[in-house]
Amino acid sequence: MSETAERAPASGPPADPALAPGQPGARASSVGRIGIRLIQQRELTVFIVAVGLVIYFSSVSSSFFTRDDLVNISQIIAPLAIIACGEVFLLICGELDLSVGFVYGFAPFLMHYLIDFYSVPAIPAMILCLVFGLVFGYINGFITIALGVPSFITTLGTGLILLGFTLVTSNAYPALIPESAVGPGHWIGTYAWSMITWAILLVIFFQIVLSRTKWGLHTVAVGGNILGASEAGIHVKRIKYGNFMITSTLGAFVGLQVAFQTNSIDPSSGGYQPMFYAIAAAVIGGTVLSGGSGTIVGAFLGACVLGIMQGGFTLIGISANPLGIIFGGAILIAMIVNVQFTRLRNAGRT
Amino acid sequence: MTTPASGQPAEPAGAPSGAGGTATADPDVLRAEHISKRFGAVTALRDVNLHLARGEVLGLIGDNGAGKSTLLKILCGFQRPTTGRILLHGQEVTFKSVDHARSLGIDAVYQDLALINELTVFHNMYLNREHVRGPLLSNRSMRREARKHLDEMGIQFPSVDVAVAKLSGGQRQAIAVARSVYSDAKILLLDEPLAAMGVKEGAIILDLVQDLKRRGDVSVIIIAHNYGQVLEVCDRVNLVQHGEITLDKMSRDTSVQELTELVVAEYRKAMEARQHNA
Repeated sequence: MSETAERAPASGPPADPALAPGQPGARASSVGRIGIRLIQQRELTVFIVAVGLVIYFSSVSSSFFTRDDLVNISQIIAPLAIIACGEVFLLICGELDLSVGFVYGFAPFLMHYLIDFYSVPAIPAMILCLVFGLVFGYINGFITIALGVPSFITTLGTGLILLGFTLVTSNAYPALIPESAVGPGHWIGTYAWSMITWAILLVIFFQIVLSRTKWGLHTVAVGGNILGASEAGIHVKRIKYGNFMITSTLGAFVGLQVAFQTNSIDPSSGGYQPMFYAIAAAVIGGTVLSGGSGTIVGAFLGACVLGIMQGGFTLIGISANPLGIIFGGAILIAMIVNVQFTRLRNAGRT
Repeated sequence: MTTPASGQPAEPAGAPSGAGGTATADPDVLRAEHISKRFGAVTALRDVNLHLARGEVLGLIGDNGAGKSTLLKILCGFQRPTTGRILLHGQEVTFKSVDHARSLGIDAVYQDLALINELTVFHNMYLNREHVRGPLLSNRSMRREARKHLDEMGIQFPSVDVAVAKLSGGQRQAIAVARSVYSDAKILLLDEPLAAMGVKEGAIILDLVQDLKRRGDVSVIIIAHNYGQVLEVCDRVNLVQHGEITLDKMSRDTSVQELTELVVAEYRKAMEARQHNA
């Protein structure tokens, strides 16, 4: 959809001029038109907020741009951005997944069990973890779509069950990364830039899926007008199932990444926090909670905003107790700025 | 379903599959026999028989709630009849889905238009029959074709790139109609295609139907409330009352007056019955 604005004043066949006044580009100069187009990209405001944060933190802390710091921040951003890819698709088609953080928590344990207890080779074990994500997403979809439970409750339930399963099977003890998985794990999460590289590749991939494929178009159609979409013959259920499966699979992948990056398999990793932050990133980035519209690039920028804040505040040494107050306030301010900008932009358009 | 991005979309794709091949002497392209539809305790249609000849334009009239839309939704595969059967080119078919009916050449414009507000005009026009190149949408080709068809229709749009949420009711309706008309369907079902239209836009849609009629190979069923327009554009009219077809006449053999009187008489009868009960 972002290409919509870019081509707005279509090279006009005859009918245009009479009806053109509604179009902002119609009378503006070419410079003005470029400005308008930029402002119409809804990702822009989030980008501005992110840049503002970078400027702020680099002015108060001299070490903000050091390699270690950038790596640290990139490793906060990456999991949020990857989970957000899935959540954006789900939110657009009118659903939500609260369980993805528990798939994140369970996936590395599953890898550990498969390799250490069932002697599965490392790579197939990791692939089976992703397959587990697919199956788990299918179950979420089945309960939501076939049994008619709202996805909020479905995924709350399945997520808690999976958490319990993780704790019972691991006795709530952390585990070591299996020997055979360490090597391939480097490419997945151990190298300093592995995670953010994956995140960027996945963001690009899913943005293309969203705005350039039938799957993306139909996801928007389902979220925008579910009856109309089914009347047009779109397989509404298939779209929803698929997006649940994408989200859980990405959750499993992120779980493996974080396990490799932290070099441990921790039963307390994952949970609600990354999931909520990922949804927050999506919404800050312009995805509408009620469905029908959203962007992956926006969610990535939203994840950057959250990651920079978290990394930045830690860096400038705010003590742990008031961190919540500052972080929560900063999220609200970022969102308010974004919403008001959007309102301004829409007022200018019509 | 997916058309290659070729230059000539108007070229009929040929009946893609199924019942088309063995066209018998049966002049009816579509026939519905003994159709009934119940929603729980409510009977929406009872023993409806309807037929549509090749190249014919059939008007369905009747009060709101008489069952016209339900009948249309059964004929386009969106709903299944409780009993009865549908014959397409003389062969019995059971529509598995809207997609299936569409692949057999039947396309519908719904009363609610089935447009997606968030999507652009051209994406709506090609919703679920997108032009693709490999896995990617061919937006350029869809945009060009949408522009061309809408210009052909003579309906004016600022741009095919605007979201349909920004358009007027008449423009939205025109897009929904254009979407079906230019889909190469051989049987078009239009549920109140004129409802939100101004006089001029309405005339454009009626002209379009006349054009289709002249082409001769497209059959149309129209639901409408303006009896004058119905008689002008349709070859034949069916009156639907309380889930039954109570009148089937050629347009030339009836008049606005007769149709009005029939509907009003029915209304009076219902009122009297109600007063008796009270």
